[in-house]
Amino acid sequence: MRTIALDVPAWPGHRAGQHLDVRLTAEDGYSAERSYSIASAAGEPVAITVQRLDDGEVSPYLTDELRVGDELELRGPVGGYFVWEQADGGPLFLVGGGSGIVPLRSILRQRDRTGSDAAVRLLYSARTRSDLIYRDELARHRDGVEIIDTLTRERPDDGWTGYTRRVDRALLAETAWPAGKAGKQPLAFVCGPTSFVETVAAGLVALGYDPGRVKTERFGGTGGR
Amino acid sequence: MDELDGNRVAGLLQEVFGTEMTATVVTCASCRAAAPIGESDVYAGGPGTVIRCRSCTSVLAVITQIRGMSCVDLMGIAP
Repeated sequence: MRTIALDVPAWPGHRAGQHLDVRLTAEDGYSAERSYSIASAAGEPVAITVQRLDDGEVSPYLTDELRVGDELELRGPVGGYFVWEQADGGPLFLVGGGSGIVPLRSILRQRDRTGSDAAVRLLYSARTRSDLIYRDELARHRDGVEIIDTLTRERPDDGWTGYTRRVDRALLAETAWPAGKAGKQPLAFVCGPTSFVETVAAGLVALGYDPGRVKTERFGGTGGR
Repeated sequence: MDELDGNRVAGLLQEVFGTEMTATVVTCASCRAAAPIGESDVYAGGPGTVIRCRSCTSVLAVITQIRGMSCVDLMGIAP
């Protein structure tokens, strides 16, 4: 896992939750393109956090080879569905599995930067404690923000105060904002591996969340399971 | 082949349509389910990008790019 800050000339600015596409082109002309969530808030320098996939065509280059001063071909910012702006308000229930935390970190930083008072609960599932990314940053106390961690493959015996279980309907019932009344419903952003996102989205709707206020972003692979 | 969602092809869609498309709600011609493109299933490993309905898995659209040309078939999106 590596966070890469990018100096993009004439970057038009982005919204929290948007993506950018990175294209790599080999000398023989073969090219591969991947889409990455932007990890920084609007107004901050552009950054992406890349998880290395051993069989990946793009991520091993970004995590292992890329050096300060190298140039990259980018397209972005793109996307407008999985996006939060201050005017969207809250309360926000953010649920991330594995590297699905990246756009949620952008949303959280956006909330901090804009001075939004939207109440936030962030439920973050990772395999082990060392898989939790942005750990120190997320742990910093902010008024109105609750961070709830859960580990699925480790039960630390020293001072762990989070959960050690998979995210399921019961855990959502314990941690999510109550669904609330029509017109005052929480807004949920769920990002992670496909099966994780499907479990969470279905669970929130079962708890009474308005499906139109449960925004999802799914990716292949099994990070965070 | 990796299964992705419509958010991951926001860049391709923006290039082809000239505007942000992932928040656009489309209706599946097969099952009539309406959802934002960002929520659809996307298969990007083949020669083209296939966008499928998340509810019934019918093909909504296929986008193929070759030699600088884009072919867009919106076969499964209800008018």
